[in-house]
Amino acid sequence: MRLIMNRVFIIFSTFAALVGLVFLGWILFTLFSKGLQGLSLDVFTKDLIEGGLRNVIVGQIMMSGIATLIGIPVGILAGIYLQEYGGNSRSTEFLRDLSDVMMSAPSIVVGTFVYAIIVVPTGHTSGWAGVLALFILMVPIIVRTTDDMLNLVPIELREAGIAIGASKYHVTMNIVVRYAKAGILTGILLAFARVVGETAPLIYTSGSSEFWSTDLTGTFPSLTVSIYNLATMPDDQMVQLGWTGAFLLTAMVLIINLLGRYASNKKRSN
Amino acid sequence: MELFFRKIAQLSASLVFVILAATTVVLYLSAKPAIEEFGAKFLFESRWGVEEKVELSPAELSELESVEVDKDTSITDDFIEDEDDFIMDDEDFITDDDMESDDNKTRVVYGALVPIVGTVFSTLIAMLFSVPIAMGIAVFLAEIAPSAVAKPVGIAIELLASIPSIIYGMWGLFYFGPFIAGLFGGNTVSLLVAGLVLGIMVIPFMAALSRDAITTVPDMLKESAYAMGATKLEVIKDVVFPYARSGIIGSIILSFGRALGETMAVAFVIGGVYQFAGKVTDPTNSIPVVLANSFAESSGLSLSVLFYLALILFVLSFVVIASAKLYFLRKK
Repeated sequence: MRLIMNRVFIIFSTFAALVGLVFLGWILFTLFSKGLQGLSLDVFTKDLIEGGLRNVIVGQIMMSGIATLIGIPVGILAGIYLQEYGGNSRSTEFLRDLSDVMMSAPSIVVGTFVYAIIVVPTGHTSGWAGVLALFILMVPIIVRTTDDMLNLVPIELREAGIAIGASKYHVTMNIVVRYAKAGILTGILLAFARVVGETAPLIYTSGSSEFWSTDLTGTFPSLTVSIYNLATMPDDQMVQLGWTGAFLLTAMVLIINLLGRYASNKKRSN
Repeated sequence: MELFFRKIAQLSASLVFVILAATTVVLYLSAKPAIEEFGAKFLFESRWGVEEKVELSPAELSELESVEVDKDTSITDDFIEDEDDFIMDDEDFITDDDMESDDNKTRVVYGALVPIVGTVFSTLIAMLFSVPIAMGIAVFLAEIAPSAVAKPVGIAIELLASIPSIIYGMWGLFYFGPFIAGLFGGNTVSLLVAGLVLGIMVIPFMAALSRDAITTVPDMLKESAYAMGATKLEVIKDVVFPYARSGIIGSIILSFGRALGETMAVAFVIGGVYQFAGKVTDPTNSIPVVLANSFAESSGLSLSVLFYLALILFVLSFVVIASAKLYFLRKK
């Protein structure tokens, strides 16, 4: 009886794993087959208004990229503070917990917040509002990974630095951060991959546009918002373009994730 | 330099707190008119954008009409264009009218009950569906599969967890919705489809976290049990699960929090109509979807109401996530 139960359990668990994988495989399969169908050079050379995706892809990468550029120094400095200066005081623990919680906060709420502080006063959607929303989403991620990575740096390295008379700033920047560089880089890549696929916080902060634009003070083209709009249109060609966009977005996110994985693996094997 | 660096690092660290505090304050201030207008009754009121104390007002009529129309029209235009636009315009008109004339005979009533119930039920369906499957995957990866299988599948699961949620929503609309409608009847956009798509979305996330919790169980404990003649089931049931319990519960609650605040995966497939789902195969609404679809067209009181909703969602998910992180997933 025990052996039969055991058998049943193993079969059930394997079956559950299979069911889950089948669904996930199904999603990837449709994504590939539908996405590749519409893939052509036009997608990259024409703007949305002419049936391509050039402006929205560039717009999405620009917004996420700028958010990352601002987010990197802020996030890393905050992580450094938590690990190197904060010690284990109550306030440090509190900030750590807060960033943990913020990491999983619903992104749509961040969108409403940015809407209230930027879009309402200025009266229109803008690229900067989108950048701010993505920035708010990514900072906690960078803070937590930096904090974790610095935590892995052996205390002896810090002591050695202090022993030769280096100031705390030098020890932190030239020894500790350098040691943890690969891990921090991975954190940044993962944070970028996370925000580049965000839709909800952009819908009414950056909006989306069908035209080429590099002016962040106006409504800004966004790939994810465009996918949402295209997919809900009755025109088959538009839906097809949406699938192509979805495919490109997923490919981008997966490639960045693999890069991040590669960076951290290389570090570990050294 | 030293001091400057320290200060600037400290500033960055407090920014996290500032953002969180600012979000709460701004949401509260923006929601204030609605909170004063409706108070806590908002939570239990099921009407949305309906004028009160007038026999069949234009808003009510159009609400009824658009709901009727909604059942027939294709999925594509029901949540973005027609319905919301139509209703919001009417609401705006009435709200402005209301304020100008200072006439208290009529007022527009908003209630959050439909989206709240929709959110809770879609999340519950998602959990019922995803917990057994994710646990199966986690146990399979950690205990059953040979490592030649477990490693690539594990990486695949982690990668799948990073796929943007809009992809799940789109797939749900075009493939999964019709599939479910074919199986159970009803609409291709419904509470059931939304819950299942949400469930599929959180499976990789939950499975990866639970597997991590399971692999922390020391081999020695398992080996002792095996040495006493326990079967795999007994080892997992009596040794692995009790040991990894808090990690597993934490991963479930975290996934619950994620499903609760998820917008895009649900926006495509829930239907976006302000009515309760009498059957699970009926369309309804959820808080994030209301926010995503109605923000751009709202102003005045109708906008404030949306901020009220956002505040509710924020507090709700904050509590859920904080309890998972601080109570169950605490490492030290």
